[in-house]
Amino acid sequence: MEDVINHLEPLLRKIQGYIYPNEIELHWGILIVIYPYVTGLVAGAFILASLVKVFDVKELQPTYRMSLLTALAFLLVAPLPLLAHLGHPEKSFEIFLTPNKQSAMAMFGFVYAWYLMAVLLLEIWFDYRRDVIVWAQNERGPRRWFHRLFSLFSSDLSDRALKFDRKSVQTVTIIGIPSAFLLHGYVGFIFGSVKANPWWSSVLMPIVFLFSAIVSGIALVMLIYMLVTPMRRKEMDMRCLDKLASFLFYAMIVDFSLEILDFIHRIYESEESIGILAELASGKLFVSLVVIQLLIGMILPLGAIAVVKLFGVPAELRRLLYFVSALLVQVGIFSTRYNVVVGGQLFSKSLRGLTSYKMTIVGVEGLLMSIALLLLPFVILYILFNLLPPWTGTGRGLMTPPEGSQK
Amino acid sequence: MDILSTKKKSAPKYGRRKFVKNLFAMIASALVPGSLVAREKRSDKPVLTLANGYKPYDHNWGMGVDVNKCIGCGRCVEACKIENNVPRDPFFFRTWVERYRILEDGEAVVDSPNGGINSFKNGPGEKAIVRSFFVPKLCNHCDNPPCVQVCPVGATFKSPDGVILVEPDYCIGCRYCIQACPYGARFLHPETRTAEKCTFCYHRISKGLAPACVEACPTHARIFGEVDKKASPLQRFLRMNKIAILKPSLNTEPKVFYANLDMEVN
Repeated sequence: MEDVINHLEPLLRKIQGYIYPNEIELHWGILIVIYPYVTGLVAGAFILASLVKVFDVKELQPTYRMSLLTALAFLLVAPLPLLAHLGHPEKSFEIFLTPNKQSAMAMFGFVYAWYLMAVLLLEIWFDYRRDVIVWAQNERGPRRWFHRLFSLFSSDLSDRALKFDRKSVQTVTIIGIPSAFLLHGYVGFIFGSVKANPWWSSVLMPIVFLFSAIVSGIALVMLIYMLVTPMRRKEMDMRCLDKLASFLFYAMIVDFSLEILDFIHRIYESEESIGILAELASGKLFVSLVVIQLLIGMILPLGAIAVVKLFGVPAELRRLLYFVSALLVQVGIFSTRYNVVVGGQLFSKSLRGLTSYKMTIVGVEGLLMSIALLLLPFVILYILFNLLPPWTGTGRGLMTPPEGSQK
Repeated sequence: MDILSTKKKSAPKYGRRKFVKNLFAMIASALVPGSLVAREKRSDKPVLTLANGYKPYDHNWGMGVDVNKCIGCGRCVEACKIENNVPRDPFFFRTWVERYRILEDGEAVVDSPNGGINSFKNGPGEKAIVRSFFVPKLCNHCDNPPCVQVCPVGATFKSPDGVILVEPDYCIGCRYCIQACPYGARFLHPETRTAEKCTFCYHRISKGLAPACVEACPTHARIFGEVDKKASPLQRFLRMNKIAILKPSLNTEPKVFYANLDMEVN
């Protein structure tokens, strides 16, 4: 109790105008910023993977498994910030046992479980099954045991079985695309359906969330590919990178258009909240909204990729531009999440004043915890890359490229 | 003729008496359960009696606030904090009082220092004040409560008597209800880490007493009572005044009714 009071005390002096007295405490902080950011990466990475299987974009084959494992690593971390943020994490299972069917949030557990079990794990299992069996045959020790366990002790390598694997991957991917849309569109709905909050309440929210998710997912896989490939001392596949950049570019254009539409719509309708929202956007949110989200996170990378597309840029410079763009996009999308979640709580529902958000350094909702939560998926990804190498022809001499992934 | 005769032959086994008996049994078996269920549905509300004899289904509580009568003394805020063990710090309120000062140029200046618990002081203002008034605020106990809708575990609920309550044993502290409340009426209790709000002093009203804020108000600015019953003081208040509610556009259907409310208040 002491630390809550000590944290709130200085915020009293930072109030501008009038806010309801209960609004001084800002309830959804940095952890709730991380949650939609991370689920967005999951959905985006998965949709990128499905481009290969469903839409048959052959150039992206080198990133197919990488995207799946990235989605898995981030999905495993996604519930952690939520859990850490709860006042009573020990009671969180109540969401499964006695869900309130009217509540958007109550569906989280079911959407999450569906996505993890019925989509992601299933697709990874079917896609890796053949390779894992082959690996297990040539290994010993705990690695062998892990791979045998992962394949659920199946050993059928007949043509019929492999054909079934391929068909299953196809089917799961087709189910997976709407599921990925559901996973992140649903997160957008959690915010978009709060009618009390004019900054959130928008029917566009789930769609904006979705497209920003696709943007962030593609950019993340691009970054991981560009970091991991030199680490393995391999040549980067420029055709793959160019294709990634193209998809990133298109997704960003849609995302940008939606955001602009939202902006114009708000200004044109000019409801009673417009005054305070304008004050918010031009004041407390100016740096994170206009400078970071819009300029650095959107216009700059869009411009960079447009330059690459318009003018013949040598491969070396192209890689650099792609890398920087993908990095800026990550910063921009994180900022987008911040502007939605924290921005939506910086103004009073009395529409008469603004409050402040102050992040702590230590503590469950602090900066260090946030950094740890953002690094954790990369640790998981490192382990996954080691146990289930997503690249074909590894130095381990374990395998030849499977037919399934050569398609 | 042929057919009739064959029927007559087999008749002794299935005589008229038996036929009529079975007919009655059939009709009865079809109608009796239905009529029983219907009777159950017709009988008034479900019966639920609390340990102290209070019957929630017999009531529908609401509150009336006469803005003209409020003098901004803050006794209601004080009474509420004491009665309900609300933390004394200036961040947690089940009820608070706002002061509105409309200046010469039409600008509205609103404040509520420490929820108005220590009343209000006049600062040296540069512009002349045209009019000024106090507005007590609390949970509106909406008939269509957005906080109840969003609670993922059903910890916050509308009780049969129309009071919105939180069951702290179920509350997981996700704070979605705080986000969903358009009136800023909820907070997270810093010790229990669960959502908190005005209960109309449920422990008092279920004993036939008035909420603490109503009892403490020296000017009868707050009126507590039944929304539906003709004889209730609240009904009289609703008949005698021009009534407004807060944020009607959100369709939350508040059950806290304001008389003489200014358009500046939201």
